[in-house]
Amino acid sequence: MIHQYKSNGYNIVLDVNSGSVHVVDDIVYDIIPLFQENTREEIADKLADRYDINEINEACDEIQALKDDEVLFTEDIYEPCIEQFAERKAQENVVKAMCLHIAHDCNLACKYCFAEEGEYHGRRALMSAEVGKKALDFLVANSGHRRNLEVDFFGGEPLMNFEVVKEIVAYGRELEKTHDKKFRFTMTTNGVLLNDEVLDFVNKECGNLVLSVDGRKEVHDKMRPFRNGAGSYDMIMPKFEKAAESRNQTNYYVRGTFTHNNLDFSKDVLDLADRGFKQISVEPVVADDTEDYALRPEDLPQIYEEYDKLAVEMIKREKEGRGFNFFHYMIDLEGGPCVYKRLSGCGCGTEYLAVTPWGDFYPCHQFVGHEEYIMGNVFEGIKTPQIREQFNHCNVYTKDKCKDCFCKFFCSGGCSANAYNFNGDINEPYDIACKLEQKRVECAIMIKCALAE
Amino acid sequence: MKHIKTLNTRNLKESAKKGGCGECQTSCQSACKTSCTVGNQSCENK
Repeated sequence: MIHQYKSNGYNIVLDVNSGSVHVVDDIVYDIIPLFQENTREEIADKLADRYDINEINEACDEIQALKDDEVLFTEDIYEPCIEQFAERKAQENVVKAMCLHIAHDCNLACKYCFAEEGEYHGRRALMSAEVGKKALDFLVANSGHRRNLEVDFFGGEPLMNFEVVKEIVAYGRELEKTHDKKFRFTMTTNGVLLNDEVLDFVNKECGNLVLSVDGRKEVHDKMRPFRNGAGSYDMIMPKFEKAAESRNQTNYYVRGTFTHNNLDFSKDVLDLADRGFKQISVEPVVADDTEDYALRPEDLPQIYEEYDKLAVEMIKREKEGRGFNFFHYMIDLEGGPCVYKRLSGCGCGTEYLAVTPWGDFYPCHQFVGHEEYIMGNVFEGIKTPQIREQFNHCNVYTKDKCKDCFCKFFCSGGCSANAYNFNGDINEPYDIACKLEQKRVECAIMIKCALAE
Repeated sequence: MKHIKTLNTRNLKESAKKGGCGECQTSCQSACKTSCTVGNQSCENK
């Protein structure tokens, strides 16, 4: 499968099945769609009015050489492997990552919150240290030979239950001594309760810190107010600037959401970059169509334009020595994941579980509150293995929409929770998310081409 | 080559031979939480 496109003056050819990326001139770009189905004479005939015959022959030789090297027109040989891989995974049933819902409560009232201001369609609750410790015990006991275990403190607002976070981390460090495991903790926070004590703790214990901020002050304050309606920007921004600097501008993200209300979101990304942040993620809102801030199909052209603008500006800044990372444009062409990881997805419901404050397991944080997806709990373990089975056998080959999509090895079939929330089926990806992911992958590859010059 | 410049990429076919160790990060642990982006992660076993 080939995906070819023009972006920022580059002719880009992606050989989907090998993952190879080629930057080509116009003649090669025009020959590639004809190459497999036509003889050289036919190709020459079709392009004779535009190119010299010797040039056509030379370009065809180069295309053939890449094909012989298996970096162009490569066949998909993975489909049989993925079933074996799924079976192997099903037998091992390894869990290696957990999202702990430390607090189903929040001190902000963000309008787009999928957790419904922290409560996840349920009641306000804080996780006890007992539930948190049991969750870590479960993780250690079910992680097989995997050494690196990831635990994410999430909410609601996790700092509303900071003492329990500290207890859980201390317990995790004890477990590391008696088991050959290494915990990587991530803290997510809206910043309201962030202070020096918390920052010292997080910098010592958490490998990653996610700071929620949407970009420009007016954009942020509109969507992320306190419960009394006042904006939260002025309170959190100085703390976030300090936190990012205290981590030497690495191992953290400022993480925002853009909505229908700020379709010019490249300005929000650049506003964060201008404030000195180097690790930035600003992502499309996921919201029911009935919400006035939800993204609509007719917003797509403007969003595409914003992604293009952002990509061009990032190249410029990188070349000037003041570049920054944008999470959705990070793409590791040389050291990226193996094909198994790419085909089998994020691990939701298999190697990744979310834990509610009272200890229930869900496939991931976005399923929490959909009780038909409760998989068990920290006290009794997995009670409904059939849910895990569903996710074990959910991959790009079980999704009709993914089969012919060039993006399948980058998004690995998309977000199961989005698929379920919008289409009622984890095998039916959410269309707008797919279109945005396709655009971002095109931009990310283009940036690599530009910086390789 | 005169007409084509190829970027250095990891060959996915080669990765099928010894991949699947599972030590890599789970994608939603990094920042996203609302989308699935696997291609931006790094292999822990290269």
